[in-house]
Order: sequence, then C-alpha cells, then structure tokens
Amino acid sequence: MSQKELHQQGVAELAATLRSRAVSAVEVAQHFLQRAQADAHGAFLPGGLDPEVTLAQARAADARLAAGTGGCLEGVPLAHKDVFVTRDFATTAGSKMLQGYRSPFDATVVARLAEQGAVTLGKLNCDEFAMGSANENSAYGPVKNPWDAARIPGGSSGGSAAAVAAGLTPAATGTDTGGSIRQPAAFCGITGIKPTYGRASRYGMIAYASSLDQAGPMARSAADCATLLSVMCGPDLDRDSTSLDVPAEDFSRDLARPLATAGKDGGPLTIGVPTQWLEKEAGPAHGVSPTIYDTFWQAMDTLAGLGARFKPIGLPNADHAIPVYYIIAPAEASSNLSRFDGVKFGHRAAQHGDLLDLYKKTRAEGFGDEVKRRIMIGTYVLSHGYYDAYYLQAQKIRRLIANDFQSAFAQCDVIAGPVAPTVAWKLGEKADDPVANYLADIFTLPASLAGLPGMSLPCGFSADARPLPVGLQLIGNYLDEARLLNVAHQFQQHTDFHRRTPTGDLT
Amino acid sequence: MSAPALIHGYEVVIGFETHAQLSTSSKIFSRAATAFGAEPNTQACAVDLALPGTLPVMNRGAVERAIRFGLAVGAHVAERSIFARKNYFYPDLPKGYQISQYEIPVVQGGEVSFFLGDEKKTVRLVRAHLEEDAGKSLHEDFVGMSGIDLNRAGTPLLEIVTEPDIRSSAEAVAYAKELHKIVTWIGICDGNMQEGSFRCDANVSVRKPGQPLGTRREIKNLNSFKFMQQAIDFEVRWQIEQLEDGHAIEQATVLFDPDTGETRAMRTKEDAADYRYFPDPDLPPLVIGRDWVAQVQADMAELPRVMAARFVRDYGLPEYDATTLTQSKAMASYFEAVALACKSPKLASNWIMGEVSRRLNSGEGTMETVPVSAAQLAAVIGRIADGTISNNAGKQVLDALWSGEGTDVDALIDAKGLKQMNDSGALEAIVDTVLAANAKNVAEVKAGNAKAMNALVGQVMKASQGKANPAQVNALLKQRLG
Repeated sequence: MSQKELHQQGVAELAATLRSRAVSAVEVAQHFLQRAQADAHGAFLPGGLDPEVTLAQARAADARLAAGTGGCLEGVPLAHKDVFVTRDFATTAGSKMLQGYRSPFDATVVARLAEQGAVTLGKLNCDEFAMGSANENSAYGPVKNPWDAARIPGGSSGGSAAAVAAGLTPAATGTDTGGSIRQPAAFCGITGIKPTYGRASRYGMIAYASSLDQAGPMARSAADCATLLSVMCGPDLDRDSTSLDVPAEDFSRDLARPLATAGKDGGPLTIGVPTQWLEKEAGPAHGVSPTIYDTFWQAMDTLAGLGARFKPIGLPNADHAIPVYYIIAPAEASSNLSRFDGVKFGHRAAQHGDLLDLYKKTRAEGFGDEVKRRIMIGTYVLSHGYYDAYYLQAQKIRRLIANDFQSAFAQCDVIAGPVAPTVAWKLGEKADDPVANYLADIFTLPASLAGLPGMSLPCGFSADARPLPVGLQLIGNYLDEARLLNVAHQFQQHTDFHRRTPTGDLT
Repeated sequence: MSAPALIHGYEVVIGFETHAQLSTSSKIFSRAATAFGAEPNTQACAVDLALPGTLPVMNRGAVERAIRFGLAVGAHVAERSIFARKNYFYPDLPKGYQISQYEIPVVQGGEVSFFLGDEKKTVRLVRAHLEEDAGKSLHEDFVGMSGIDLNRAGTPLLEIVTEPDIRSSAEAVAYAKELHKIVTWIGICDGNMQEGSFRCDANVSVRKPGQPLGTRREIKNLNSFKFMQQAIDFEVRWQIEQLEDGHAIEQATVLFDPDTGETRAMRTKEDAADYRYFPDPDLPPLVIGRDWVAQVQADMAELPRVMAARFVRDYGLPEYDATTLTQSKAMASYFEAVALACKSPKLASNWIMGEVSRRLNSGEGTMETVPVSAAQLAAVIGRIADGTISNNAGKQVLDALWSGEGTDVDALIDAKGLKQMNDSGALEAIVDTVLAANAKNVAEVKAGNAKAMNALVGQVMKASQGKANPAQVNALLKQRLG
C-alpha cells in the first residue's frame, strides 16, 4: 500500500496510512499543496490556497493522531468547491461579486468533515454561483480537463472534478443542482454522488436554486464517496429547514453485497433502463453519441455478469426536464441573488449615483453573463401575469416527473442511464450557445427535479487520440444511496476505469 | 345594525391592516434577540444580515402566538400554510425579499366585536399571516448618506387584515382599540404603539350608498389612536371634496402628517412594484397539527368575549357593563375580586366603570396600579349596601383611600363622621322641626307639588349634616304628610 505515491492513494488508504503514522498529516498536506501549486488546470482558485492555514490544520491533525483521538478522516486533505463558505479561506462562488469575501462561519458540510479530521487544502474553481455545465462561467477563468487540456471539465463542480482527476486532492466536495456533481465527475473520469435532497445540510452552501441544491462528495471510488457521504450527511434542523430528519447512515455498509442479492427483495438487483434514453435495438439516438451508447451497453453487460437483471422503464415526463429546470432554477436564483446589492457585503460599484444606480452598477459589474441571463429569465417567469403560465406549470410537471420515478421504482431497484449525451467538449465550443449547454443536462435534470439520489462512475473511454472518460449514471429511490454505492462499488471491483489517471498510471 | 351615517351623502368604507409585533424573545427565522432600543446592528446575526449560505428556520413561538390569535378571534387555524418571498430591493431589506405568507395564510377568517357607544359592531377578518419585519433606514443622522439598522430585520409580525366592514373613523378607532385589547390580553404583542409594536394601515374609500366600492387610498403607519381618527377624518373629507369637484380618486399610499393634520400621497398605483411572489423554497409548508391547536387552546387564558359572557351569565351584568369591564385583564380581575367580596356585582360594576375609571382617566394611574385594593372597594360598597353610609359618603371614603389618607374603610367612616343617622327617634325629631319651620313647602306638597317634597328632604339632610339615610327620610316625610 505505502509503495503508492500519496496522491495515488484514495481517502480510505490515506486515512489508514496516516493512522499507521507511516507519514504525518503535515507531510501529506505538503505533498498535495506542492501538486496543487504546480498544477496548470486552474482547478484551485487564484487565492484558493493558503498553505499556512492548511499546515496549521495538519499539525492539529497530527497531534490528534499522536493522541489516538483522531476522527475517521484525520489528516486526510480535502478541497471544497467555492460555494461552501469557509472561515479560514475566502469564498467567492466563482463570482467577482464575492471577491475576497470571508464568511464568519463554516458551512455545515465543511464543519462535519473537519470534525472528522479532514484538512482543508483550499477552495476550488466552479461556475459562477454554480450556474453552468462547462466551468466556463467562472469569473476566475475556465478550468481545463486533466484528460485533455483543450476540453472543459464539466460543471459546475469543474474545479472539484479536475482536482481529483489530476491527483491534486484525494477527494473534494461538490454541489449538484441539475447535474453539477455527476456531469463533471463523468467528464473527468471520477466518481461522484448527489444524495437525496435534504440529506446534506445546505447551511453555508451559497444558494443557487434552493429546492434543488445538494452537496455531495467527488472522489476516485464509490467506496471513498461512501465514506465521505456518511460524514457529510445528517440532520441539521436548527440551521436548514429543508434538512431531512433522518439519522446519519453508514453508506459503506452494503458495499460488499453481491448484485445477485442486491435487490430490494433480497434477490438479484433489477436495473431499470429508460427506453426513451437508450434502446439497444434502436442504436445511438436522442442525441446520444455512439461512444456513450457503446460504453453504456458494455457497462450493462458487466453488471449482468455480476448478477443484475434489466427492465425497460418509461419516464414519460422526463423529456420536459430541461424547460422545467430552466424555469424553476432561474426563478429561485433570481431571488436568491437579490442579496448581492452592494449594501452589506461583496462588490460595490466604486462610482455610483443614487440608490438605484448603486444597485444597477454593482450588479452589472459583479455578475457574469450567465448569472445575469438566469436572473433575467427567473425575474420574467415570476412576473405578474407570467407566474401561472411558467413557474406554476413547471412545478406541476416537476411533480409528474417525480411520479414517473415512483412508478419506475415499483419495477426496479436502481435506474441506469448516461450522464451526458457526449464526452467533454472543447473549451469555447458551446460558450456562445447557452441553449446547447442547457441541452447537455438532459439526463441529469430529472433526478434533480425529483430530489432523488444520483451518481456518476467511470464506465469507459472514448476512442479519441486522448481518450476521454465516459460516466455511467445510477439513480436511486429516496434515501437509497447505500444501494447506489453498493452497485457502483461492485462494478468498480470488476473494472479499472476508475483507477486510470490522465497521466497513464493506475491508482 | 343601524344604517351608517352619511357624510355629505357619502358612505365611508374602511378596511384595516394591522402589523402586531409578536412578543417572542428571538426573531422569526433566526436566534437573534428582538429587544427594542439596542445599539444599531447589535441584534442582527448572520441570518438577519442575509450572509451567503444562511437559511431561515421557523421560530415555533411565533407560530404558537399566531395560533393563539386565531383561537381568540374564532378563526380557522390552517393545518397547512405557505411562506412566500416578496421580492423587492431596498437597503433595509437584507435578502432582497421579505418572507411573508401570501396565498395560504396561517389564520383564516374570524371576527372582532366591540361596542361603539352602546351599539355592538362586528368587523370580519379576512386573514392574519406571519411575516418578518424589515430593518430601518436612518436618514437623519448621516449627512449625505443613510444609515441602516438591521436590529428590527426578522422581527416576527402578525399582519391582521379585515374586510372593508368599518363605516366611520370612530368605528375604526373602536376596532383598533378592541384588536389592541385582544393581542395584549392573549399576550402575543406588548401593544406598545410608540415603539411600533402595533401599527395600523387604514384603507379608506367613500361611495354613494348602494354604489360599488370606491377607489381606496391606504393611510400607512397610524401609530396612535388619536392620529388614526384625525387622519381618517381628513382623508374622508379630502376624497369627498375631490369627488364633488369632479376628480377621480387614484389608488395611492398616503402618509399622515400629525403637524399639518393632513394626509399626502407617497406613491401611486403606477409605481406599484411587481413583487414576484413565489413559495419560499427554503421553508417547507407550515404544518400545524390539531393536537398543537388543542394544546394552545388548553393553555390559553379566558378570552375577553368569553369572560364578558360569563359576567352576564354569572353576575347578571348588562352586556355593556360586561364588555367595558373586560377592556383589560387588570380591570376584569379587579371587578371580579370586588364583586365576589361585596356580593353586589352591579354596584361593583357601577363603581369601577364610574368612580374608579373616572379617577384613572383623569391621569391618576392605571388599572394595574389602582391605589385602592379590591377588598377596600368591596368594603366601601358593602357599607353603602348595608345603609351605613350614603353613596356620596362612599365617594368621600374612596377619595381618602385613593389619596392614602387611610386604609381601613370603617375607621375612615368613623373619623369623618359619615355614618348615616339610623336612630329613628333622632331623625323623627329633625323631621318634625323641619316640617314646623317650612309650612309653605308642606302646603305645596299637600297640593301635589313633588318638587316641594325634594326641598323638604334636602332640609332634613342638611339638618342631619348629611348623615340621615335619604330613603328613611323620604319614608318618614311621606308618613307625616300622609
């Protein structure tokens, strides 16, 4: 185990190495800090690293390790998507609006990980206020895909996915509103999970779309995601009214269960495949690229070999997910972002006239184009006379989509599908075409709208000269994260896609 | 109900919106304190400042108070109500939206009844909903700039909305006073109007009888009963003048200036913002179980209207007396203590509504600090009822008790020589002396002049130095003059 370089070790391995005291938390932190500082993918934000803070945390972790009082993540370095507020690092949400903003408190998710001894490496780039599918909307520049620096890493948790893929951190936090954990995980060849809405506290997560935002871990394996998710989740009823009142769980408990007994009834796992997304006989259709089609069915063959059964299912309303999401999310965002007005914190226009002018100039200067676009869409759909036609109608269809999933889960244990219709596209390719970006969210949006847990795990590579990772999406029923992780782990026990790195070595 | 009084042929139509600040110690969605008068921005936490990442969490105490109000006015307490966001930009609104209830409020319906003179009026309520207050903009103290104090941001409010059932400024004030009584009685609001704990907005319109409702103008922030009446009277006159001059009324929000006694428009409907209400995704629907409502009901003190009905039933009081005595908890409990001690409820009511209230109204303290104890007042009433002293002598005893001249009723009666003359022999002698000295009056009485009888009674009372029992004097005189 210890023959591996530190950055080739996963969360569980590193935690064990640290517990054995073969290496100190300070040495581990220094190793990753050096890698992060030398990295050219733009995964960490400018100013997102503060070695003094990180090393101080590592020294404290070493003291606890010496005293034998460490938590389950003691000394393990992690990095946080910059929408989680942190006391020790500035938090920008990828926006000029919050340049240099320092929160007086830590997000609950950050605090829970720190309580278990995680050491914070720094803050990761992301699309501004988590709005984007390519990480090209950050005010601090785009992030490059470690598998091909000419391509996007996905978004909005693009910095998180790239940092894990490039071995700059063993794992990272991400947030998923419409696919922002799953899609960059797929594009960067790592594993990520978005839990059931309400599992992870939203306290301290800068809100984009409140009814959809969820935190989750991004790591190299399902097993590491299970470890991290177990720490991140749990009720936070005093701080977040949408926090679910269900106890924290050990999401690792079912990892080793064979798929032949992983069904709800103790029988073989039944995987539902939405026929409107993928039909084997129909070949690649509905915008799904041949690469995605091929790798998906190869993955299904692997799962079949592990004892899973398949069932075609219908999600008749899921095709409406794009318009529904792009009404509800901007509506909530338009209101959530009203607090950035130049009065209390964040950017304030230097030159302004009266109050209205202060608002206009501050927001014109502080927000990027995509954020402005969504604020305008959201303001429009909530306006008098349009609310019923847009927002209310979207909420009704959202309910229908959730109902579709419930009908489907009566027939299967998990649902499998692609994460995105294609592999990672080239930087700038869709930068001037917001709708093309929105359409790429087709497969991740339905689970978000229904509040269901969803994950992405590597299931193959493209035939490009620089092979690009392909992700497999698994969607579970409410609170059924442990089963998703079980399936993913079993898949990873029999495949090595998740162990491959952009530099060619295996972890 | 009698026909409403018309002013120059117009009927006045008024609806009320009242913001009652709920008496919770912390804010509606945060744990910051709500105490009045703290240094600016010392009672605003991260949630109140709308710092990134903060979220609202409902204060159960605010909901409990809303339930209490719903029960007090006989309304439906909704099992499921919704918080919405009212979006607008203003520096003292930190989130850029106010969390309020819009489509489905927590309290639905209900009514408030009160006496206007001796006529009973009932105003129907549309709803009462929970919402958060904004902060304050301070324009005076900063040259060329405005200060923002967010201490008040997030303070819980219950907005109580009536149907347009009110027909005069006097009725409006009576309604507001009754509502004020209810919210303070049930302990959900301290009622302090100077500190803004109880703020009224009046929607005023006028119409010719039988016509549809006229266009209304809303008078904002009426924070004293006196200004309320002045403002509405001015507004009504102004609207009638406009209409009589052939002008249409434009919907507007107006402010009352106590210095000029006039209302003036702040904004008209054209500037009305589009608040883009939508359900707040940070707050799940407010679900109130029936067991919670039952618990609140069980813990609630007897309501004024219930207590008034009991006073009518158990003490035989007229409804007017019962309603008046239940103006405040202090008055009601004072009455009940006096009535039980003296066993003459109607006399107790008369004395409290008359002599005691008169002294209080002339500025000599409040019902909470009446200098005469219930036992003392009961003793005075007892001595009147048993004929020991006259009603007038009773007032003198009350004065002495009030001023602290003495504490024991019987000792005061003795010291002041107020005991009535109940020795019939002595009284007969006085009567005979008076009859002998007033032959002219005696003749007139015999000729059927009742006034002359009063003169004789007065003479006897004077001769007895006020100690004679008037009833006994009357009886003796009638006997003598046969």
